[in-house]
Amino acid sequence: MNDKIKPLTPSWFPKDGQFNIDIIRKGFNQSGHTKFLGMEYVDGGDDWLELSLDWREELVADEQSGVLASAAIISLLDNATSLAIFSKMKAFKPQATMDMRVDYLRASPKGARVYGRGECYKLTSKIAFMRGVAHNGDIDDPIAHVTGAFIQTSLSAFIGKVNK
Amino acid sequence: MNDHSITLPPYAKSLGMRIDSYEGDTPIIAMPFSDIVIGRPGFLHGGAMAGLLEIAAMASLRSALNKRGIDYSVKQINVTVDFMRGGASQTSYAIGKVNRLGRRLANVEAAIWQEDRERIICAAHMHYLVRTKE
Repeated sequence: MNDKIKPLTPSWFPKDGQFNIDIIRKGFNQSGHTKFLGMEYVDGGDDWLELSLDWREELVADEQSGVLASAAIISLLDNATSLAIFSKMKAFKPQATMDMRVDYLRASPKGARVYGRGECYKLTSKIAFMRGVAHNGDIDDPIAHVTGAFIQTSLSAFIGKVNK
Repeated sequence: MNDHSITLPPYAKSLGMRIDSYEGDTPIIAMPFSDIVIGRPGFLHGGAMAGLLEIAAMASLRSALNKRGIDYSVKQINVTVDFMRGGASQTSYAIGKVNRLGRRLANVEAAIWQEDRERIICAAHMHYLVRTKE
């Protein structure tokens, strides 16, 4: 089994760990769950980053109202905050979401595009503290708020050698 | 007696979730590992795990509400998710537990495991606003 283990960093993760916003723009949504959700890069700065996703029947949690699954919004905020941390670190270092608290302020209406803005407001040697907002285009009228933390992991944990 | 009136929403079905079995009246939800739930290569996306917890929590709440025999509408207020271990490339299972069901508020928790039920990989607790349908 062990000889099958090979580094499983995302394909867009640069080998030298150098941070480059273009790598995020072009690469983060090319596979897996982010691709399935249709996340797109919107904008970003030194310690923040905004992504979006379109409403889709497949992502609905309540068929009567057409309201999106709240977990689609969690995924969006998870990615936006994670990428905001890379932006603040100016590096791609292996990290894992430690915890997230999401408050749902209102439902995201049927058909509406959802934006997720993540910010890393404090970086320590091991922990990145983040917060963020989901909205439908007006950040002053939020759908949801998130707070939480990411923890930097060893590369071996990141690629799955030590997780037992 | 199992409550078979629990149905899964489109979001759950598109991620391949299904009701695996019942523990008492509470459904255990299964989610297969597939391309569309991957975060970093080889592991579940945190958002997909949060999604499985959300579906399991809501199913347990629906099951508890059905026992009351009144039609309720339910609205999620918030969630706190703890990510404890990476989600490996295998089927994940989740179950919700209603810790308190009041007239307005429900306190619910949910947990995910894979091959070992005792080894929780991700857990959450949620608050729901519960309203009687007119």
